Amino acid sequence: MRKFVDRTFVVLSLSATVIILSMLFLIIGNIAYHGTERLSWEFITSNPENGMTAGGIFPAIYGTVLLVLLMSLAAVPFGVLVAIYFAEYARAESRLYRWTRMAVNNLAGVPSIVFGLFGLGFFIQSIGKAIDQTFYPGRLLYAQPSILWAAMTMAVLTLPVVIITVEETLRAVPTEYREASLALGATRLQTVFRVVLPQAWSGVMTGAILAISRGAGEVAPVLFTGAAYFLPRYPSHPADQFMHLGYHIWVLTTQSTNVETTKPLLYSTVFVLLVLTFLLNITAILIRNRMRKWATR
Amino acid sequence: MGNPVKISVSDANFFYGTNQALHGVSIKIRPQFVTALIGPSGCGKSTFLRALNRMNDLIPGARLEGKIELDGENVYSDNMDVIQLRRRVGMIFQRSNPFPMSMYDNVAYGVRVNGLTKRRIELDEIVEKTLRAAALWDEIKDRLHRSAMSLSGGQQQRLCIARALAVEPEVLLMDEPASALDPISTAKIEELIYDLKRTYTIVIVTHNMQQAARVSDETGFFLTGRLVEFNETKRLFTAPTNRETEDYITGRFG
Repeated sequence: MRKFVDRTFVVLSLSATVIILSMLFLIIGNIAYHGTERLSWEFITSNPENGMTAGGIFPAIYGTVLLVLLMSLAAVPFGVLVAIYFAEYARAESRLYRWTRMAVNNLAGVPSIVFGLFGLGFFIQSIGKAIDQTFYPGRLLYAQPSILWAAMTMAVLTLPVVIITVEETLRAVPTEYREASLALGATRLQTVFRVVLPQAWSGVMTGAILAISRGAGEVAPVLFTGAAYFLPRYPSHPADQFMHLGYHIWVLTTQSTNVETTKPLLYSTVFVLLVLTFLLNITAILIRNRMRKWATR
Repeated sequence: MGNPVKISVSDANFFYGTNQALHGVSIKIRPQFVTALIGPSGCGKSTFLRALNRMNDLIPGARLEGKIELDGENVYSDNMDVIQLRRRVGMIFQRSNPFPMSMYDNVAYGVRVNGLTKRRIELDEIVEKTLRAAALWDEIKDRLHRSAMSLSGGQQQRLCIARALAVEPEVLLMDEPASALDPISTAKIEELIYDLKRTYTIVIVTHNMQQAARVSDETGFFLTGRLVEFNETKRLFTAPTNRETEDYITGRFG
């Protein structure tokens, strides 16, 4: 009887694994099969045409990459600073620590659409408006959706991931190094930046990777904060709007009047989004491995 | 008692929260002497050592009552610059802990963070001088820019000593510096201690009584947070005045 239960359990867990794997292959296989049909160099490098029933998706690729880069530029340094406070300075019993900790944990559980609304209310209607009133009176520049505010909103969304990842790596750096540094007459700041942080670069990069993976795929946060329905120009100014692959997929799916014509386009766009996310991840992983090698040289 | 004193500790009580780790410790540590602290695990000798350069400050709830003076200056007063104190009172840890950077950068680290020199030539000189003082120069001079992690355990510990010497400390605190090393490396460290005491005041915590007897001029015996006996090393090991000391050094417990 015990043997039977044991066997059954093995079979169950194996089949669960197989089901998950086959679902993954089904999704990827389906997308790769249909997505590559219409895929061409032209599709990747040209603008959408004919009400998005023809042409390519280059503005959306460009917009997505730019968004992710801007988002990382904001989220990673800020997240690292918070993580340094958590891991190196905060005392467990301090009130500031307990509150910020709770805020970060809860931030991680907020639905992404709420971040979109937050971005609209906070960045665009408060900060953007204040900037316009102060520096560009009478003009509407920053008080409207733009790639800058979309990136900021996305940064807030990915911040908890960055903070928690970096904090864990900082905590994993042995105390002996901190002690050795302090015992030589280094200040805490010097200790953090010269000894602890250099050993945590891989964690910083892992945080960035996770942020990028999340950020490249999310649509809801940029919905109200900067993604454009259709925009044949490329954003060149922080206050410009941009096209976004994820949003473009939604547009193609729901806003098309001719489903049969857009379907191949849709497949190809999804395929490009997957490949792009994959490439961004690979780049970050390669940089991380480089840094690791360099740090232990 | 007209002898010069480098570190004077009077009636020191040390607490981790409500847990008292040191009870009324008083001791006078003489300059250019090697002072050994012995005693069983948990007797407070390491706590005492780390109180001298305020490394215990890092532990939340740690607190000292009583007085510790370095050259007559109160180490725990509010005007004491802890950064400066730790530069003057260097520390060698039980487990060698070179930074994961090059050997050169390890030795140069303290010089750089303290802003002692910016000139490359001077830095090179300091690195060579301290590595020679730590009896490591000849072994590593051809690969200074390789990772310190590629050194053996004994070499790593001597590198840590060089790193501590580079900021020109007056006192060296050693927390069981050879306990993780093989006998040959241990002998090298002991020889080094013998050389270094001409320049530095050394306080060494050790588990190894033979080591204490070999390297030190004066020895203190700690038991349950108290300094039971403190005397010339020769006297303490041959004619202890205290019964507990005698039991410990004759191996009856500990």
